[in-house]
This record gives sequence, structure tokens and C-alpha cells, in this order.
Amino acid sequence: MFDFSIITNWIHDFLGSTLGMAPWLVTTVECVLIGVGLLLAYALLALFYIYFERKVCAAFQCRLGPNRVGPMGLLQSFADMFKILIKELITLKHTDKFLFALAPYLVIVASVLAFACLPWGNGLQIINFNIGIFFLIAVSSIGVLGILLAGWSSNNKFTLIGAMRSGAQMVSYELSIGLVMITMVVFSGTMSISGIVEAQRDTWFIFSAHLPAWIAFIIYLIAGTAETNRGPFDLPEAESELTAGYHTEYSGIHFGFYYLAEYLNLFIVGGVASLMFLGGWMPLHINGWEGFNHVMDYIPSVVWFLGKSIFITFIIIWFKWTFPRLRIDQLLTLEWKYLLPISMVNLVFMTLCVVNGWHF
Amino acid sequence: MAQLQEKIAKLFPQATFEEADVLTINIADAQLHDLAATLRDDKDLSFDYLMTIVGMDWQKELGCVYFLNSTTHGTTVSIKVTTADRDNPMLHSVSDLWAVAGIYEREVYDFFGIIFINNMDMRRLFLSVDWVGYPLRKDYDANPELNPVSIENERQLDTTDMWLEGPNGKIEKKTRPIFQKDDFVVNIGPQHPATHGVLRFRTAIDGETIKKIDVYMGYIHRGVEKLSEGLTYQQTLHFMDRLDYFSAHNYHHGLCMLYEKAAGIEVPKRAQYIRVIMDELSRIASHCLFIGTYCMDLGATTMLFYTLRVREQILDIMDKTCGARMTFNYDVIGGVMADLDPDFVKDVKELLAVVPKNIKEYNKIFTGNVIAKGRMNGIGVLSREDAISYAITGPSGRASGWACDVRKTDPYSIYPELNFEQVIMTEGDSMARFKCRVAEIQQSADIIAQIIDKIPEGEICAKVPKVLKLPVGHWYQVVEGCRGVFALYLESDGTTKPYRLKIAPPCLPLAGVVDHITEGQKIADLITIGGSLDYIVPDMDR
Repeated sequence: MFDFSIITNWIHDFLGSTLGMAPWLVTTVECVLIGVGLLLAYALLALFYIYFERKVCAAFQCRLGPNRVGPMGLLQSFADMFKILIKELITLKHTDKFLFALAPYLVIVASVLAFACLPWGNGLQIINFNIGIFFLIAVSSIGVLGILLAGWSSNNKFTLIGAMRSGAQMVSYELSIGLVMITMVVFSGTMSISGIVEAQRDTWFIFSAHLPAWIAFIIYLIAGTAETNRGPFDLPEAESELTAGYHTEYSGIHFGFYYLAEYLNLFIVGGVASLMFLGGWMPLHINGWEGFNHVMDYIPSVVWFLGKSIFITFIIIWFKWTFPRLRIDQLLTLEWKYLLPISMVNLVFMTLCVVNGWHF
Repeated sequence: MAQLQEKIAKLFPQATFEEADVLTINIADAQLHDLAATLRDDKDLSFDYLMTIVGMDWQKELGCVYFLNSTTHGTTVSIKVTTADRDNPMLHSVSDLWAVAGIYEREVYDFFGIIFINNMDMRRLFLSVDWVGYPLRKDYDANPELNPVSIENERQLDTTDMWLEGPNGKIEKKTRPIFQKDDFVVNIGPQHPATHGVLRFRTAIDGETIKKIDVYMGYIHRGVEKLSEGLTYQQTLHFMDRLDYFSAHNYHHGLCMLYEKAAGIEVPKRAQYIRVIMDELSRIASHCLFIGTYCMDLGATTMLFYTLRVREQILDIMDKTCGARMTFNYDVIGGVMADLDPDFVKDVKELLAVVPKNIKEYNKIFTGNVIAKGRMNGIGVLSREDAISYAITGPSGRASGWACDVRKTDPYSIYPELNFEQVIMTEGDSMARFKCRVAEIQQSADIIAQIIDKIPEGEICAKVPKVLKLPVGHWYQVVEGCRGVFALYLESDGTTKPYRLKIAPPCLPLAGVVDHITEGQKIADLITIGGSLDYIVPDMDR
């Protein structure tokens, strides 16, 4: 399997030894390169997801979806992006201007930071330290701050209700996500993201940790959908109740940031699911089937990761275009009365499995 | 009818009677409330359903005609009350007897300036608060300078007036606030996806819980009743397409029957069959659209496209025969405008073949869904008594257990010959209202299947003069629209134009009941309940 660290090490050596840059300068240049690469990947993925969701949704609804701009409508997202970039940023009267402008950046920063943690491929990871999962949970919860600020600073009752809903929802569902992650950390015995991927070299956790992992996977899918504010949990922006929820008053690229962050959070949820349950970038390996494993290794690790993540997000998109929306009290009941207790019991169950070695 | 008259004459010797298609009781204002209470509460009479209040201006006098119906006996009666005081007309309110009267009396106040004593909310209903004059009075000055188009923000009052009668008979004007001082009031509408048109709810909420809703309507009020007074009878027909545009055929049917009854015109059998088929096709299309938009309100967007498929098929059928997809203007006085398209029977049969399959699919995707059940079961429960008191007719009323289908209770056209049962549910919640409509799609399909092969040959329209002239008198006609009982009242002075045409749509009471059934529910339930009532704003505004 191709190891991307060869490329990264080569760049490092090229900057340091060949060009003779000082260590601090090397780090700076590398940071800039990574930053550009990251934002590029971020933007392209968002464009892909806009197109993907519209096509999937169209298929569910007996429609064709975008098919006019470019071949098969492939350039539709780019056209939309340029449209949103040149739109006016409308400033409103009687709003808290500083917080109003700050809120979309908080949301996008949280999303980019979480995005940076994902294991893209063999040796292709930006932030990799021994508490990676912990860092991921921490940064992804900054986003709710941006949403609350947006709702508050817009000086609009609808956005305020949307923000309050969103706050309640995200804080609640983060508990489940946290517990699910801890469950998987208990199984893998490490919080390092590369460590978790490495631990799934032979079998993915979804197979090796069997029952508790399946329970955790289902809970993660539900909580992850809620965490990204997508249907059937899209109450913060329930368009038939609150028009557009917390981002009603935003226009232009500020609105675009929310839109971008929503799609990328979707991808992050898919990425983390594939990291914790489906082996991250690790190919499908079956013990004893050497030939099969060898063939699987020929598929590049990036393709494995993207494929798994997109598969998970497809399921989440499927939810959205099938189910009606929950009500706020039903949403919180689901979390506090069902998902949270189940994930707590599941954590104990997983611990027992690990202690007694009841796993493959 | 004679028995009824005898009984009332015994109780109220001052009352006089008029024989028309509906028995009319003339009574003085002082006894109006007593008479109304007796009519409602007496076991033999039990007129528990107030169909409409018609405001009238007879030049010398102003007044009201109340149409009452008994849900147990099925009889209809009307009360006529007048007042000669044109400057400060006052009548007694019956809003304590029938909940729907509150909103009906506001409408009369808005158009005729008649103040109802003891009505707790005497504000204008459709027109803006600073409107000058009462438009449906015959001496109304329509000079645009009196009511210029305002470029200011909408004016609104936070208080409402009421005229209360003290124990000594003295009438006092009082003012009360609409909301409490520290209520958090959210403005839902007039531009809001959940209000299905330009309707506005000022909603006082406590967190996510609704405390009170104040409904504002009239944003697309076009004054159809006033406009009709200046047009010939034939010309008034096309307005019916623009009220509830999903029951265009049904409303046309109603108004044509009213004029035919007044003129004594016999409609050819073929036209009657065509009218009924069109009515039922409209009903299927309307209920399909309801299911789609309702599911979309609840967040299940995909359903909309599945239901629109069937509706599209119906619109194509209509397009071929009527030449339009929305505003058909197909029924005319004496029959229908054009004969059926040669493919009509074939197309309808194709439609009937797909309807059951589609209903099955809707139920599979949505009705059985656990989230849908959680959102609709037990939400916005309307009891049978309240449904009658608030005059909630149509599928919404039948979901509360009230058998109010005019096609059965007061059958017209060829409905008596048809074999079908009313869809009645007892739960009265949003789920029942939803299921009731789904069942009615099948019911309408069954009705069409019974007659589609039996359409008789012959004339499609009776001989009717180009300009119709009706004799002096008044007539009353009820039909079943897609959303409930659609009542029409015509008063003719013997000319070619209606002296007064009152349109009593089913959607006005539907808006009136929203406050009652949303109290204490969540904001999201307002969407569920409002959607399940399925009101059409142009219908309530007219």
C-alpha cells in the first residue's frame, strides 16, 4: 500500500536540506501548503456534496436534478458558488454587528478544525497526536457557539428560537457521540487517530467488536445526523416553522459559510464513522484470505476513506429525504430517554467484552 | 316545516314567518338572543350548527340573516333581524351560543358596520384598521381618495373594542388588550411557508409552547361579494374559480345550482353527470395536494412529488376538456360549457387504475412512519361538539365524528342515486384529519367508477338567455367543496344583477378554530394542526 509519508517527508527534506531553509521557515511554508490544500479539499468536497445531495434527492423524488450546467449538471455547484460569492452581504439595522459577522467564522473554523483531524490515507494526516479523538470532540463543539451567536445577534425572534433549539439539540446529542467514541476508544485502547486506524489493520471494528460496536454504530448514525442539524432532526432550520432558523438573516458568503459547514459536517460525521467502525483508510482485510487482501491493497487508501465516508453520508441523506421532522420534545426525549442510557449501558458492555476478551 | 313554524310561533308570538326554500323567521333584535338560544337548546329543534351570518343592507334598514342547521334533524332555518338605525346600528351577539359566530360577526361588522353587543372582539376582520366606510353598504363611497393605497407599514392595534350590555340595559364601550403585557409574541406570516398563503398568526409563546394565537386575514381580500353586485349573473360565475382554487368545479356547481334554482332551469342529465365527475376529480386532486404539502410541512419533502403525480394526471384530464389547469370556468348556468373530450373516459379509467396503488404507497411511506405517528397522533384534538360549534365542516369535521357531508345530508344533483358512505372518524386529531382525506380519495374514485360508464348522451346545457333575469326573492344553496360546506345566499331585486350575493366558504371557520386547538401545544404543532385543517387563504378572504 502506497505510503503518503514518502511525499510529505520528501517535501520536508526538500525545503530543509536542498533549499537550506531554517527550521522555523520550513514549518511556516509547510503550514501554508497544508492550509491551502486543506481549504481546497474543503471547498471541493462541499461542491461535490451539493451536487451529490441534489442528485440523490432528485432520484428519490422521481426527478432528474441539475442537468443543464455542464455535462450532467456537473458545473451547477460551481455556478452556485460563484453566484453566492458575488452576492451582497446585507447589513441589517439593530443587530449586533460584530457578533453577527463573527458567527459564521466560528462555525466554519470549528468545521475546518474537525476536518483536519480526519485520516485521509496511509500517512496522509494533518493533525496526529495521542489524544486525536479528544481534540476532535472538543473542536467540533465550537460550532454550536457560532449558531447561538448567529441566532442571538440577528435580532429576530425566529432565529433566536432556531438557535435555542440548535443549542439544546447539539449539546444533548454530543453526549451520545462522546459516549460512542469512548466506547470505541475502550476497544481500541488508544485515543490517537492513526492508532485507531492501525488497530483495524486485520479486521474493522464493526466486525471485530461485534454487538457493542453495532449498537454504537447505530447510535452514532442517529446522533451524528442530529449533530449536523439534518433531517429528520433539522429543527433549528425547520423551514416550514422557522423559515431558515438561525441563518435566516444571513446573505451572500456569510450564508455560504453556514451552507458549507453543514455539508462538511456531514462529511466529517461520515469520516469519523468510517474511522471508528470501518477502519478509516484501511482496506477490507479478511484473515487468511491473502490473495483477496492483496487485491484490496491495490485500491488507494484515499479512495477507501472517501468511499466509506460517502457511503455513510449517503445513508444520512437518505434519512433526510424519507422521514418527516421530529418535534423538539420528541427529539430531546429520544436523546435523553433512549440514546443516552443505551450508550451508557453499551459502554459498560464494551468494557466487559474487552476485559474478558469476548471479541475477535 | 309547518310543525317547526307552529312550535316557534307558540314560543315567540311576535315572530313572523316567510316561506322560501328555507323557512325564515323575522324577529326583533331584543328577542334575537332568546330565540337563538331556544333554537339551539330545545331538544326538538336543536339547531346546533350556525352555517353563516349574512349581513344585509335593504337601503332603509340594515340587518342580518342567520342560517342555522340541525345536525340531528337535518333541517335548516333562517332568522332575519333588522335595525333601522343606519348611523349606529347595533344587534345582539350570538357568539356565546356558537363559537363560530364571533368571527362571522366580525365579518359583518367589517362590511356593514353593525356592532354586535356582547361580542368580546369587535375588530375589523379583513380590511385594515383605518379603513373609511363599510364597503358592502349600498351607500358606500368607493372614491379611492378616501382609502388611498398606503406605503406605510401595516397599522395594527394591540387592543380590541367591545360593547357590553350592563344589567340595566345600558350599553358601554370597553377596550381590552389582545395579549398580556409580558407575552413573547412571534409574528408567523403573512409571508410564511406554513400558513399556506398570506395568512398571519400573531402567536404568544412561552418557550416552545403556544399560549394564544390571534389570526389576521384579508391580505388577499378582493371583495368578490361587492364586485358581484355590479356584474350580471353569468359574469359572477368566474369568481368561483378564484376562491378555493382546488374546489373550482364544486364552487361553480354550487353557484350554478343557486341560479338555476332561482330561475327554475332544468339541467340536462348529461351535464349533471359531468359536473359530478368533475367535482369528484377535483376532490381527488385537492386531497392529493393536501397530502403532499402536509407531508412537506412535517419535513417529508419527497411525498409531495409522489402525490403531485396523481394530481398532474387529473389536471391533464381537466385541461383536455375544460381548456385550463386551474381556473376552469367550466360549469355554466344550465349545464357545462363544453362537451367532454373524446379521450375523457379512457383517461379517467387510467387514473382510477393508479389511484389505489398510489394510496397504498402513501400509507407505506408516510402514514405508518413512527415519526409521522408521533407528530400527528393526539395533536390538535377537536371534539365533535367543538367541531359543530366552530362550524368545522368537510374532512376536518368528519374526522371529529360529525357526519357533515352535504352530499349525504342534503343531497344535490345526482348524488342521491350514487352509492357511497361518508368517511367518519372519531379521534378528531391531526392523524384522523389526514386519514380522512386519504380515505376520501378512494371514496371519490369509487364514485367516479360508478358513473363513468353511464354518462347519458344528450344536451350538455339547457337553453338559458344570454343575460339572465331572476325574480324578486332570496335563495340559499349548499354544496360540498373539497374543504367543507360551501354555502351561497342570493337576494334578487328582479334585475339582471344580484342585489346581494353572500359567499360562506368553509375555510373561514377553519382559521377561526386555530387558536382554540393550538393552545398549550408546541410551535411545531401549529404547523401540524394548521396543515391538517387544510385551509385555503383566498377562500377565507374572498
